[in-house]
Amino acid sequence: MSLKLGVPSKGRLMEQTFDWFADRGLRLARTGSAREYAGTVNGVDGVELVLLSASEIPRELAAGRIHLGVTGSDLVRETLPDWPASVTELAQMGFGHADLILAVPVTWVDVETLDDLDAAAAAFRARHGFRLRIATKYHRLVREHLRAQGVADYQLVDSQGATEGTIRNLTAEAVADITSTGETLRANHLKILQGSPIHQSQATLFAARGADWSSTGQTLQRLSDRLGLPMPTGFSAQV
Amino acid sequence: MSRAEDISTALLAQMLDAGAQRVTPDVLQPAETLLDLYGEDIRARAYVTHDPALGEMMLRPDFTVPVVQAHMADGAEPARYAYAGAVFRKQSATRAREYLQVGYEVFAREHPEQADAEVFALFARLLDGYPTRPVTGDMGIVKAAVAGLSTTERRRAALLRHIWRPKRFRALLERMRGQGPLAADRAGLVDRLRAAPVKELIAAAGPHLGLRGADEITARVMTLLEDAEAVPIPEDQAQALDALLSLSAPAQDALAQMRAMGWDAITPALDRLAARLEALDAAGIDTETLPFEASFGRTTMEYYDGFVFGFIARDDLPPVASGGRYDALTAVLGHGRSIPAVGGVIRPDTLAGLEGAG
Repeated sequence: MSLKLGVPSKGRLMEQTFDWFADRGLRLARTGSAREYAGTVNGVDGVELVLLSASEIPRELAAGRIHLGVTGSDLVRETLPDWPASVTELAQMGFGHADLILAVPVTWVDVETLDDLDAAAAAFRARHGFRLRIATKYHRLVREHLRAQGVADYQLVDSQGATEGTIRNLTAEAVADITSTGETLRANHLKILQGSPIHQSQATLFAARGADWSSTGQTLQRLSDRLGLPMPTGFSAQV
Repeated sequence: MSRAEDISTALLAQMLDAGAQRVTPDVLQPAETLLDLYGEDIRARAYVTHDPALGEMMLRPDFTVPVVQAHMADGAEPARYAYAGAVFRKQSATRAREYLQVGYEVFAREHPEQADAEVFALFARLLDGYPTRPVTGDMGIVKAAVAGLSTTERRRAALLRHIWRPKRFRALLERMRGQGPLAADRAGLVDRLRAAPVKELIAAAGPHLGLRGADEITARVMTLLEDAEAVPIPEDQAQALDALLSLSAPAQDALAQMRAMGWDAITPALDRLAARLEALDAAGIDTETLPFEASFGRTTMEYYDGFVFGFIARDDLPPVASGGRYDALTAVLGHGRSIPAVGGVIRPDTLAGLEGAG
């Protein structure tokens, strides 16, 4: 059985993933037409390339249908409950950087930190009769962060796209979203709360704990040697 | 029938013998009530589903809320209720998502210390023979201590709002003592807000959007400027609060230690504790040895505001039984009416596990 490596199927994330492996002597390539999601790996025997949407890779890893996968660390943390039980990080790849942040309208001159947001949420609830709405698609990460920080009187509303527009449309008071340059936030007259981001994401190579490693452990050893990574514990072949 | 169900049936029968009336709340509960009460956290812990006519519903994460609602709707006074059935919680992979709870609740206006002792003594009797250790606490004393701090009403209210979130509570208290990173952040913010009239600051920031209006922003700026003038919470009081929160001792000894602090603000709450210990002694509980931890109940039992208790078998497991007094909850759910209430639940699955291990 070959070791299945899942990588993003398109865009800049795919190109940078190919470059990262190429720098380490492994040539990843798509086969057939540009529309066909199949590929090859040259440089190590026994590795099969699987091209997938970056957002599907966490679930495929958790299900053990792929052995290794490249995706954003934010997507793994958001998609998988108790993610360290399902996957382990083999390498942070140094690209695809983005921060998950909280942002509020620039005119909220009284709000700079999470401490301020918490106090503003209490006053907002007393005034409007409902909890201050934060639009996001990162429900798990945002909720866990606000819970850990002891923030109250907020609610999360789902926004799968154009999240910055929710405040203008009066469907949310604040947003939690991914940003790399802050450009979209500024264009929408929003500012980022001070302090550490909720999560600093980057493209990461993960290994699936639940995949069948019985005949692929040695391939992983060769691949790890080639990539210059320590062999992760618990993934060796049962020989 | 599983062993846990057998235990559940037997416990319920004993609670009914103790004078309780059986109640059978629905499994499906309106999500809105629970979300308003517990906040967004409950969404991570409870199963949410959708009903075409009723909207968002939750599989009941506990019995207390529906029992209180039922009592507030048409309960006689005083009242004792018992119930048994499954509750549903999202948990880590190693813990049960569906497990049984058997509970007992007392709604009574007279002699709250008697009702506290009645519930605790009943639970102690029902759990007799299982390897558990009891622990008690009193959120009323913690609340009284915070309410008695020499500071502004607004600061006391901010601390009371976060009394069940120890991390934020500690950060706020530190800021109000004029220490730590939050105090530095706040000082910087206040400097910026003093630089110009708030109207100009808002106009200079950019175009205004969203539901939170300029009047609300202005109101909070005024609050911040006013708060900046408040004197820090006195060090001796902050240290006394710290000492109180870390107090752990046998109940009578704990009472004596808290009396010795000479803190007038908590005297009425200590008098209530003394009355409760007397009632517990009369009910056959040895209060010379009964463990008391002042912070017990601060992280796990959000709506309790007086006596709290638990019976613990192992530190890595949730308590076998837990409960307490929740007078304020009845006011929140009673739409203007309220009644003192105390109760608790036992987890038969955990008891069955203890039998297996023993």
